[in-house]
Amino acid sequence: MLSYALLVHAAPYSTQGSLSALRFAEAVVARGHAVKTVFFYRDGVHNASTLMAPPQDEVHLGERWRRLHATSQTELLVCVAAGLRRGLVNQAEAKRHDLAMHSVEPPFELTGLGQLVDAMLTHDRLITFAP
Amino acid sequence: MTDSHHLATCNDALLIVLRHPPHGSSWLREGIDVALVTAAFGREVELLFQGDGVFALLENQTTGALGQKGTHPQLMMLEMYDIERLWVSRTALTERGLTTDDLMLPVSVLDSDEIAALHAAHASSLIF
Repeated sequence: MLSYALLVHAAPYSTQGSLSALRFAEAVVARGHAVKTVFFYRDGVHNASTLMAPPQDEVHLGERWRRLHATSQTELLVCVAAGLRRGLVNQAEAKRHDLAMHSVEPPFELTGLGQLVDAMLTHDRLITFAP
Repeated sequence: MTDSHHLATCNDALLIVLRHPPHGSSWLREGIDVALVTAAFGREVELLFQGDGVFALLENQTTGALGQKGTHPQLMMLEMYDIERLWVSRTALTERGLTTDDLMLPVSVLDSDEIAALHAAHASSLIF
């Protein structure tokens, strides 16, 4: 069994990258391997928006990520610096920056780039999904 | 030790490939951010400048009119983070009418087959 980490740079819906990352993760799990970490960076942080509301006949990327977390215990890590710039903040960060609302909720976690370094060191493979 | 010898032996370092110019997108800035953080965590980092990424190294940059911070202050910090191995694509320089004299930091210039060897020698790389 191999342990995978994914790095997602792609914004949801704008390009294929996010859905490709999800489908890759689901395929990896179906083959008996593990996806322990998904790290969202650059425009990929938009995958973590709790306010995402796609039309009902389209894939709901947010729900699919949450399902991956629920079924495979995949940690969903969002770069806090990339997120803050783009309006992706959890309750704690919203309070810290005196913002009226937040847009990120568990199981998505805001973390630093150090976690990406950690993911590269601790998993067998790190695969990047860019736009 | 020649560069080519080094290419073959140094494979624990993270290779970060930078392909975007300083202005117009945040690819370069967010790529260098990863390089600095990785180095701060004690891991060896090497940078490869390819395509428009070579513009990152141009001498005499300013923040310019686009309201972006600019990336040259980040590059000036590389040495402090012990990121000293900077590779540049010869093709990218030539295509843009540049030589190493135009660049703000000392670099090693690689031909395309050497770039292939560089990738082969690194177990992990990130592309920005």
